[in-house]
Amino acid sequence: MLAHTFFFYFFSIISVGSALMVIASRNTVHAVFFLILDFISIGCLFIMIGAEFLGMIMLIVYVGAVAVLFLFVVMMLNVAEQKQSWFRDREKSAHIPVGLIVSLIILAEVLVVVGGWKYKPNFIKTDALVIDGNLTNTHMLGNVLYTQYIHLFQVAGVILLLAMIGAIVLTYTKREGVKTQNYFTQISREKKTSIKLTEADFNKGVEVDD
Amino acid sequence: MISIELGHYLALGGVIFLLGVIGIFLNRKNVIVILMSVELILLAVNINLVAFSIYSNDITGQIFTFFILTVAAAEAAIGLAIIVSYYRNRGSIRVQEINEMKG
Repeated sequence: MLAHTFFFYFFSIISVGSALMVIASRNTVHAVFFLILDFISIGCLFIMIGAEFLGMIMLIVYVGAVAVLFLFVVMMLNVAEQKQSWFRDREKSAHIPVGLIVSLIILAEVLVVVGGWKYKPNFIKTDALVIDGNLTNTHMLGNVLYTQYIHLFQVAGVILLLAMIGAIVLTYTKREGVKTQNYFTQISREKKTSIKLTEADFNKGVEVDD
Repeated sequence: MISIELGHYLALGGVIFLLGVIGIFLNRKNVIVILMSVELILLAVNINLVAFSIYSNDITGQIFTFFILTVAAAEAAIGLAIIVSYYRNRGSIRVQEINEMKG
């Protein structure tokens, strides 16, 4: 009970502080770092409260995909207000201290969660909470998701496909002057149209027209 | 000792939601920070749903969170693609300079 209170405040203070830093930091790269920290804190909170599967998905989808996508776009567009470049002079890089601080906090959080995993059943025990010890959270989610909500699950897949196609269509540009193969012309080429046998006269040669 | 109840989680979700909304309004730099604020808002909604789901012992809230995660990932991908193509056309994604629609 005491541990639950303590860790709730630990994670929620970190997440609120990093949410504040996301909207307040001057440098966009730092904002993305703090967004990652926020996602990880909330993921730890989910794991702590008993929604383990969603906590893990939060780490994989948000931190592993979405936040890295943000970081990638921020660095590619060069919109971060950087006094000195990250790539050119390594001594005076502005991102490394902030990145180190964020990653140290993340390490501390992960250590806390992994260390507290053993005590999970009596960890989240409050009067209002009913925990079924026989069934894991992932098992319960799967029981409902693949039976009762299977159509919504498939619609979610369609949404992801649409997002993928949309992103490709939006960013795809046809470049000029690039030589590519035309498969149809290649395959439909025949012997009749491409080879011509001619009788070559002595000392005159063959007239080639093309 | 103070025990953590549903209200604590709802307050946390409310604070993060508020920070996301403030981030949208106060932002003067670029559109990417606005997208990150939208992510924060969706995160706050997820906190609320998971807290209700756990405390009322009903798994459906977590299913909803699952779908919100899907939509958030799709939204981030599409939004970043729009930003990339806009930057390629105009050379800037500053909020003040995006006024094509005269909105």
